[in-house]
Amino acid sequence: MPQPLLEVSHLRVEFPTRRGTLLALDDVSFAIAPGEILGVVGESGAGKSLTGAAIIGLLEPPGRIAAGEIRLEGERIDNLPPERMRAVRGRRIGAIFQDPLTSLNPLYTVGAQLVETIQTHLPVSATQARERAIALLKETGIPAAEQRFDHYPHQFSGGMRQRVVIALALAAEPQLIVADEPTTALDVSIQAQIIALLKRLTRQHGAAVMLVTHDMGVIAEACDRVAVMYAGRIVEVGPVQQVIHHPSHPYTAGLMGSIPSMNIAHERLLQIDGAMPRLNAIPNGCAFHPRCPQVFERCRRERPDLMAAEATQAACWLVGSEQAVR
Amino acid sequence: MTALVEVIDLAKVFDVSAPWLNRVLEHKPRQAVHAVDGVSFSIQKGRTLALVGESGCGKSTVARMLVGLYSPTKGVIRFDGQDAQATWRSNGGRALRRRIQMIFQDPYASLNPRWTVHDIVAEPLREHALVRDESALGDRVSALLHQVGLAAADRVKFPHQFSGGQRQRISIARALATQPEFLVCDEPTSALDVSVQAQVLNIMKDLQRERGLTYLFISHNLAVVRHVSDEVGVMYLGRLVEWADKDTLFRMPRHPYTRMLLDAIPDIAMTGRARTPVQGEVPNPLSPPAGCSFHPRCPHANERCTRERPALLDFKGIRVACHAVAEGRIGSSV
Repeated sequence: MPQPLLEVSHLRVEFPTRRGTLLALDDVSFAIAPGEILGVVGESGAGKSLTGAAIIGLLEPPGRIAAGEIRLEGERIDNLPPERMRAVRGRRIGAIFQDPLTSLNPLYTVGAQLVETIQTHLPVSATQARERAIALLKETGIPAAEQRFDHYPHQFSGGMRQRVVIALALAAEPQLIVADEPTTALDVSIQAQIIALLKRLTRQHGAAVMLVTHDMGVIAEACDRVAVMYAGRIVEVGPVQQVIHHPSHPYTAGLMGSIPSMNIAHERLLQIDGAMPRLNAIPNGCAFHPRCPQVFERCRRERPDLMAAEATQAACWLVGSEQAVR
Repeated sequence: MTALVEVIDLAKVFDVSAPWLNRVLEHKPRQAVHAVDGVSFSIQKGRTLALVGESGCGKSTVARMLVGLYSPTKGVIRFDGQDAQATWRSNGGRALRRRIQMIFQDPYASLNPRWTVHDIVAEPLREHALVRDESALGDRVSALLHQVGLAAADRVKFPHQFSGGQRQRISIARALATQPEFLVCDEPTSALDVSVQAQVLNIMKDLQRERGLTYLFISHNLAVVRHVSDEVGVMYLGRLVEWADKDTLFRMPRHPYTRMLLDAIPDIAMTGRARTPVQGEVPNPLSPPAGCSFHPRCPHANERCTRERPALLDFKGIRVACHAVAEGRIGSSV
């Protein structure tokens, strides 16, 4: 296997509070190959955005990385001093956030923000930066890019703003883009355009993407591999087709069954009873055991690690045991 | 069958003009948004009509007019044969309000954080004087909570002690308290995670089967709509562009906008599918395009579409507002 572009191993993120330390991410390990699109799914509070924030070095204090490593092309980036991390962020890792309005500065024109980003990271003159900015806007499908260059973010619609944010993320030709719910704030017809754009541009620029979303449809559409998170851990990771159609973890199976499909009509949706545990009350053993339909004695006692299942890796004691996952 | 709810040529115009002084000093004109512009539909008793569309297409405004939160600028709402507008103003208004209830999108904003669950669910019962005895009230609230899968012991708790899905169940229990016949649900699951969404959707379907409830279900999620509805109305910029039976609409969408929407939705069954994304965005509702408001994005638009606004016409039970469909320029095959 070639060297992965991004390698996260045994990442542990803690939030110290007055009432004890909350463990938000626990033993999260995964890798992204160059040019690959990895999806990260899970419900609110599963820790998927936090994983993205840890990678780009933007954990909100008091959150901190307590253990584990994050390596970009073999080089550790989780313990870099803030100044050096700033140079990595933007230049080598681009970020796209959920709300395109809050990720742009309302007081500067879109063009000024692009030029600033380009000149911060690349040794180019002001004219060259301007040319590049306009080329990027054109590439992201913004009509009349030369005029739009001098417009302010409020003059753009939601979909157009997200295109600008993608242009910003791509400005310094990063190797990795961390996209945190890039389409959640958008309407469905715009969502499809943005996903297609993100896919096309990352292919063209050869960038790898970590796509964080709660929308399985988006994952199915865009990703090569997918990691499913639950209560701060990865419970299953594997090729997208396998995870969606032949899940090995009962949580993944429940998650897939609970999504209404456009093509298959169900009288009742499969439902997982209960809700995700709070960070201060994560159950012993497997965190999913109180909601799991196939729970047995060992699940309550011992916590499973990721194990090779059929074509995926799943953290479940059912894997390899006689009982198959339904 | 009789229609429980009938809406005829409903319209709502919002005045969004600048304040008077600005209009005078800066010569700004009056401006109006036609949020809902001539919508007609009916819902049979015990069935679910879903309204779908993107942000700003007027679906929530329709919902709010149906429960009487907004008064229509034009048009008629008939509920069980009576004119709802006239009834709300008359003495029968209370009785009508009891029969129509609403579930809102955000379960964090629609429950009073200072009230216990008991007070929240009991409020409609007290308000309509349906239960006068305090101990009977407790029993009713417990029964209602039980119906939506919560425990009677939850009565003494406050909303913040519940998760989003449980809060939405509390709003459903509150809506059911007066034993309504018609429930207007405005994006009831949009704020919820998928596994919790499945729980809420299942409860809503069970309740409909048990009590013969009629739903107006507003959503932008077509997969959810396919799951819960019997009929689907598709809205675009304040107008109904297609209204058909669920299976027909999903199997054979007629209106170009419906086709576009169906094609745009990522679905887990379609891994790696290549598709042509839709062009363009929803126009500014302050200055909607002339003629058919979809024509700037429509691949089938011709000169007539830019000029003349299409009416909702009936093609064997499928109602479509499109010149291209009426003229046979778009075939029924997809």
